[in-house]
Amino acid sequence: MNTATHTLDHHGDHAHHPTGILRWLTTTNHKDIGTMYMTFSLLMFFVGGAMILGVRAELFQPGLQLMKPEFFNQLIGVHALVMIFAALMPAATGFANWMIPLMIGAPDMALPRLNNWGFWLLPPAALLLTMPFVLALFGIGDGAVATGWTLYAPLSIQGGIGVDFAIFSIHILGISSIMGSINIIATLLNMRAPGMTLMKMPLFCWGWLVTAVLLIITLPVLAGGVTMLLTDRHFGTHFFNAAGGGDPILFQHLFWFFGHPEVYILLLPVWGLMPHVLSTFTRKPIYGHHAQVWSFIAIGVLGLIVWAHHFLTAGLPVPALLYFMYSTMSISLPLAVLFFCWIATMWRGAMSFETPMLFAIGFIVLFGIAGLTGLVLADVAADAQYHHSYFVVAHFHYALFAGGIMGVMTGVYYWLPKWTGHMYSEKLGKLHFWLTVISFNLTFMPQFFLGLAGMPRRIPDYALQFAEFNAISTVGAFVLGLSQLLFAYNVWKCVKGGEKASDKVWEGTDGLEWKLSSPPPYHSWETQPVIK
Amino acid sequence: MTTLHPRLHHLARLFRDPLPASLRLASGLALGLASSAALADYTWNFPKPVTPIGRDTLSMHNQFMVIITVLFVVVFAIMIYSMVKHRKSTGAQPAKFSGPTGAFQWFWALVPFAILLFIDFVLMGIPAFHAVIDMEDTRTKADMVLKVTGLQWKWKYEYPDSGIQFVSTLTTPREQIEGTEAKGEHYLLEVDNEVVLPVGKKVRILLTSTDVIHTWWVPQFGVKRDAIPGFLRETWVRIEEPGVYRGQCAELCGKDHGFMPVVVRAVPEAEYAAWVDKKKTEMAAAAAGGDKTWTMAELMAKGKDGYDKNCAACHQPNGQGLPPAFPALAGSKIVTGALLSPEGKLIPDGHVDRVMNGKTGTAMQAFKATLSDVDIAAIVTYERNSFGNTKGDMIQPAQIKALR
Repeated sequence: MNTATHTLDHHGDHAHHPTGILRWLTTTNHKDIGTMYMTFSLLMFFVGGAMILGVRAELFQPGLQLMKPEFFNQLIGVHALVMIFAALMPAATGFANWMIPLMIGAPDMALPRLNNWGFWLLPPAALLLTMPFVLALFGIGDGAVATGWTLYAPLSIQGGIGVDFAIFSIHILGISSIMGSINIIATLLNMRAPGMTLMKMPLFCWGWLVTAVLLIITLPVLAGGVTMLLTDRHFGTHFFNAAGGGDPILFQHLFWFFGHPEVYILLLPVWGLMPHVLSTFTRKPIYGHHAQVWSFIAIGVLGLIVWAHHFLTAGLPVPALLYFMYSTMSISLPLAVLFFCWIATMWRGAMSFETPMLFAIGFIVLFGIAGLTGLVLADVAADAQYHHSYFVVAHFHYALFAGGIMGVMTGVYYWLPKWTGHMYSEKLGKLHFWLTVISFNLTFMPQFFLGLAGMPRRIPDYALQFAEFNAISTVGAFVLGLSQLLFAYNVWKCVKGGEKASDKVWEGTDGLEWKLSSPPPYHSWETQPVIK
Repeated sequence: MTTLHPRLHHLARLFRDPLPASLRLASGLALGLASSAALADYTWNFPKPVTPIGRDTLSMHNQFMVIITVLFVVVFAIMIYSMVKHRKSTGAQPAKFSGPTGAFQWFWALVPFAILLFIDFVLMGIPAFHAVIDMEDTRTKADMVLKVTGLQWKWKYEYPDSGIQFVSTLTTPREQIEGTEAKGEHYLLEVDNEVVLPVGKKVRILLTSTDVIHTWWVPQFGVKRDAIPGFLRETWVRIEEPGVYRGQCAELCGKDHGFMPVVVRAVPEAEYAAWVDKKKTEMAAAAAGGDKTWTMAELMAKGKDGYDKNCAACHQPNGQGLPPAFPALAGSKIVTGALLSPEGKLIPDGHVDRVMNGKTGTAMQAFKATLSDVDIAAIVTYERNSFGNTKGDMIQPAQIKALR
């Protein structure tokens, strides 16, 4: 295999592609496309972050200081849509593009042209989503979608052109994600190296396989839901209007049939990469490979049948309440298996604590808080108190920032030397980790208490008893936001140069991707390796 | 402002007076840091519950918090122990295992799973089951009914037993919100008409909405339920202690979502009966006002009051609105158009029609559902003769009554 790699390297140097912008517009190379996804994601991460810093500044103290409530409502909804669809999902797809072919010994993704198209749909979609902000400056429309990312009818039927822009943006983002998913499934099922059975497939690939299936099942439902919204708005239908025989709650069912699996869509790729990182820095094999695969599948299946716990206060019948409560609680079981496997992988290893390992540990602890608070949120009676409050805001940021974003950062630090051929600055990486963890908790821990004390979410101004915690949270948010500039700088420096990374990069790595050079040649695995 | 380039004008619309804001923020930062050190008015848990459901919810919540804290500590103590003991720098040699081997290890791998199964479906699951059944039992031995209707952005309350109905709106002055005046004790949690309920009675609460989804929430009741347009939802409370209980709308319902509080005053039964009588007398007096002929001055005074309460949030106190979502009334074609048709009927999409019947698909609601004949007549008259509109005409409450 080593000789094969060597000749490949040689060939890979002779990449035939146009230069300049045309290279990126026309590329069908999985590494180029992966890089574009990651870059786009990082950019949108800062866009979404800037929006929420505006929100946190407004919430720093009681009273309306900076903005009108209408604008506040636009910022919170677009922040969520940008972070979910334009930052987290593209980051995961970027990982998939870069790593899946390297990990399974494939020369590229199965459908390279689709791959290119899938990426290039993203920038116009992001533009559509944010354009109403700019249009409002020119007196066209009244700004972006102001309904929160959930777009609940009938509020979204009342809304301005921002809602229409968001609907079309969601359609395009959905098409892009479905194309990416088809590509990933086709690649994983058809292009694995000889001898790599499905059960031998790396866990990161398994996480993505389940994610891709979930996307294909749920995205069409969301697309249908928002299309019904569009026809309600403009073509006189009454899907969500009781006066015409419709039902506003129908929209919530359609939305959350997508929306709940979406949480796992965002997290499964991270759960997939976590064991690789833990195994590398403990210098010990992954514990419970099979158990984790079955947990991914179990979480995927359960994720599809628990959606109504997002609107337990909407007045569902008792049997439905009980069903959704117990099914939601049962998700804790496969998740506990994952936690068990992560910790068992660390047990009796020989650990070292480089930046990716620090982020992995931070992820496990903080995501643990998300999981445990999720368990109590499932309880219908207690949920009556938590629901629509800051308790929920804190909970899902522990899931999606600590679980999602910090998971992505784990992956970036872990794979960056492989991608660029350079080591990043370990000193800056560790500083970034500590600043992130501390300021993250400073931001979101107080929000649990705000929720318990009775502060509803999505309000631009609040009663005086909530002032202290909000002030702390805002300070935390600004430190958190600014710390991420350090991350961008570290990545940039690593791309530009730095200490040369070895092929193996880390002492404890194992897997096909580490047998290629760092950076890997433009075309890799043209002859497939054989797995024994 | 008038000299601003039109583009800058739109920018200025998005942000509220930017310069003083930054100053306010800076002074707020200093104040905030000082006060948080001095006051520390933190609450770490639910406010004191005053209903059986609220008590039940709090004790369940406390129990769950203990369970998850124990889980958290135990699991991560194991992890931290491992992080300390199994380090490369202390010369630890990595083990080779990748799964449970032998019956003993399988046993230890399955124990946490079994514990969690027990916690989910027995320790937490059983009390949760009873709490749900209890919470949803709105009808058994209910003593009275309160109907709550969510409107953008206020609550309407109806007591079907006694025929009382009224609308409850935020009373916090604009100046306090904008920071030009010191904030009061119940900032944003104070209303003109509080809901009065008797202590110790089981009140079945029916909820609905006329426009978008709202959520009625009083934290101390442990009750939160959505108000959905076109449907009735229900919940119940039995308040055990007299007092004033404050809450808010909890579902994003548009621009003033943060400004529609719920205030409930719970009083002993005798006091409640007295309140019902007083309210009935007031309503009879108000209904009588609809039959007399009002002068222009009376209508204008009443109209300004009603306009500020019901219309100014969107159309602004000066009638300039917030276009394009909320059109200006000053110089508006609708407001300055004909009052009624020559036969004295409603003109479709005319001024009176718009106020009474609203405009579907927008935040402009059908005010005939919430306002009295007097209020509608007064507000219409006020709008036609304010903000630079000089129609000079007026409409009488009796005419509105006939148009209903």
